[in-house]
Amino acid sequence: MFEDFTLFPEAASTVAGGIDRLYFFLIGMTTFAVAGILSALILFSIRYRRRPDRAAQQIDGSVPLEIIWSAIPLALWVFIFGWSAKLYLEIHTTPSEGMTYFVTGKQWMWKIQHPTGQREINTMHVPRGEVVILKLVSEDVIHDFFVPAFRIKQDVLPGTQYTTIWFEATKVGTYDLFCAEYCGTKHSEMIGSVVVMDPADYQAWLDGQPAGQDPVDAGRVLFENLRCVTCHDAGSGQRGPDLSGRFGRPTSLSDGRTVLFDESYVRESILEPKRRLSAGYQPLMPTYTGQVTDTQINQLIAYVKSLANSDVAPKGGDADGGNGQ
Amino acid sequence: MTAASKQHASTKESNYLTAGYGVRSWLLTVDHKRIALLYLISLTTFFSVGGLFAVLIRLELLTPQGDLFQSETYNKLFTMHGIFMVFFFLVPSIPAVLGNFFLPLMIGARDVAFPKLNLLSWYVYAAGGLVTLFAMFAGGVDTGWTFYAPYSSTYANSHVILAALGIFITGFSSILTGVNFIATTHRMRAPGLTWMRLPLFVWANYATSLIMVLGTPVIAVTILLVAIERLLHVGIFDPALGGDPILFQHLFWFYSHPAVYIMILPGMGVMSEIVACFTRKRIFGYKIVAMSSLAIAILGFLVWGHHMFVSGQSMYAGFVFSLLSMLVAVPSAIKVFNWTATMYRGSITFATPMLYALGFIGLFTIGGLTGIFLAAMALDIHVHDTYFVVAHFHYVMVGGMVMAYLGGLHFYWPKMFGRMYHEGLAKVAAVMIFIGFNLTFFPQFLLGYLGMPRRYHVYDEDFQVLNVLSTAGASVLGLGFALPICYLIFSLKFGKKVGDNPWDAAGLEWTISSPPYEHNFHEIPEVTEEAYDYGKREAARV
Repeated sequence: MFEDFTLFPEAASTVAGGIDRLYFFLIGMTTFAVAGILSALILFSIRYRRRPDRAAQQIDGSVPLEIIWSAIPLALWVFIFGWSAKLYLEIHTTPSEGMTYFVTGKQWMWKIQHPTGQREINTMHVPRGEVVILKLVSEDVIHDFFVPAFRIKQDVLPGTQYTTIWFEATKVGTYDLFCAEYCGTKHSEMIGSVVVMDPADYQAWLDGQPAGQDPVDAGRVLFENLRCVTCHDAGSGQRGPDLSGRFGRPTSLSDGRTVLFDESYVRESILEPKRRLSAGYQPLMPTYTGQVTDTQINQLIAYVKSLANSDVAPKGGDADGGNGQ
Repeated sequence: MTAASKQHASTKESNYLTAGYGVRSWLLTVDHKRIALLYLISLTTFFSVGGLFAVLIRLELLTPQGDLFQSETYNKLFTMHGIFMVFFFLVPSIPAVLGNFFLPLMIGARDVAFPKLNLLSWYVYAAGGLVTLFAMFAGGVDTGWTFYAPYSSTYANSHVILAALGIFITGFSSILTGVNFIATTHRMRAPGLTWMRLPLFVWANYATSLIMVLGTPVIAVTILLVAIERLLHVGIFDPALGGDPILFQHLFWFYSHPAVYIMILPGMGVMSEIVACFTRKRIFGYKIVAMSSLAIAILGFLVWGHHMFVSGQSMYAGFVFSLLSMLVAVPSAIKVFNWTATMYRGSITFATPMLYALGFIGLFTIGGLTGIFLAAMALDIHVHDTYFVVAHFHYVMVGGMVMAYLGGLHFYWPKMFGRMYHEGLAKVAAVMIFIGFNLTFFPQFLLGYLGMPRRYHVYDEDFQVLNVLSTAGASVLGLGFALPICYLIFSLKFGKKVGDNPWDAAGLEWTISSPPYEHNFHEIPEVTEEAYDYGKREAARV
């Protein structure tokens, strides 16, 4: 019971240090304030305890004092707001380049898919020193992806939208992964671990895994088999938008708004195509809810993403990469 | 207060306790004092049930494995603990017991504005409580007291609808109490009792009533929507049906964050009464303390989004909620500073109520400042949904609210029953509660930062030492809570009889007999002085 006793969690990501500094500052503030209040309470309790020869002095209040003890905490807390908001902005802003993992939560397990297609359950291997971007989605209720050593946490929602979180691990090791949003009976067993490895070891580990299907190749096959290609191919008569060169850029919608063409938008367009329609197109596309698995959606996204920098329309017919099996 | 002397003369007259006997005289009473006692008995029952669940939770958490209960049972225990403590104890506690009893007395009224509505509010509360108890005996509910959708609306296999119905019903009792207090405070103040002469307890309950009336309908609507989705499969919160789970959280916290202030504001009111009496002084900065209650009531409605920093809500909404949460902390800080300053050059004695008041200041300060940790978005990412949050709100709710409730109960007990409890035992209990509380909940701050998520039945072995400390503290705390139940009941029969004003306190409630007459005042008093007029008493003493 005592061998692992500690009062402070391990810090193993690039953002952990910043959060710990804010934490220590706030502990300092709290200690100072509590010590101040307690000293005053003790001092007054002794100094002004009832004596037969001394009457309490009636004091109405003091405007300068009220201003001082309102303004100082207010200034301090607005400063803390600014500090934490700046830090939050850093944590919240996902780097543009990184390895994208798809993480699906379901009662009560975590399913993880590597950028190169390998899959794991409840364990997630990542290389040290690389930006890892997680696209999170739930198959049922709300879960929450929490790695204390990285100081990151993000709710994982059911539905068409991904939530996103990222980290860059700084230390090799195995770290706890917890579900932090109560999700039913075995909530406390929806746990796992993140294994941080040296990049070379990570590569070796990947090579040792059963060869995963390359998501881009698999997505290209699906794009063909699900007949996405009939509408979304440049040469198809253009009932749907040509998808090359679109990913990661703003796209206009039929109602005049503009959205970022990202993972969530692709996922939503597959599951609920009529919700946010591309400008200039009719709502002809059927929903694929129930016809594609989360894994297949991830593969389709990977394929659409691979078209981001190509100006050449995807060709129909056999995908020349073939599948990895 | 010229009427006081006349009223002393008639001590042989029957009081509210002897005005009628038999079950009917209690169950059909419209006397605000008797209704307060009906609430006291039912609230104590629910507090004991909620407390028993807490004991079982702490016992399970003594070891990392799930060896005492199955996960289903454990989840139901923490859910029922939360539901009973929040909706059936903390929300009604001080308003329904001390507020019902003392608000009319403090403003020189013979009853509340709507006595029959007041009785109805107790019946509504009792009905809601019975439905929830029935849900418990039927097998309980396992959603957490927060009922997050779509778990509650689609996936949970427990008695969600029944438990939600109990909460829905009991919400109306909050609304009725709120309406009653607002009307009473506006319309029934004695002549000369201007707003700026009101005791701060009245101000606090008035501010609380505003929140009850404005906020409670929102939780009723929210619960209804969960029931509609669960029963009729209309897509409201569940994305599988086309709903939005974040909408639930917005609606839920739109009530449930202001509800935190429903729970703490009346405690702050009690604090002002106790501190003034036992320092023999007018409250330092009376006006700003009164206004800070209103500021809390208003700002409290604008900070709900700080429960949702990691929910996927917009980052910009997060910024606004974080900044507003920093602002709402200011009026609370002002109160703490003013109570402390009231002690300066006072003439302080340390009877049991004052011990609770001192405990409140210390624990509420820690509770409030750890709220700043959670309002700071970046830090909240790490500590959200961990034991840090559990520790924080127990410091405010138990360290603040329950300490104030017990302090108020000890302060007003001689007035309510005309007898005094055993002061020695009461002091022992107050110290036990203070020590037990800190031992229970301080380790949970450390557990939270270490990363232990809340609502975990089974946990990592690294967390065990702190959990053992917490459970040890809970056993001291539990004994501390059991003691007052024993010696207070004992005092009803065997306690030393006291006069009308055993604390030599200022305020209209202390000018009438203990226990009060059936209709409080023979003549409605005329008020000519500020609240907390201790100067004359001190001049007379020295």
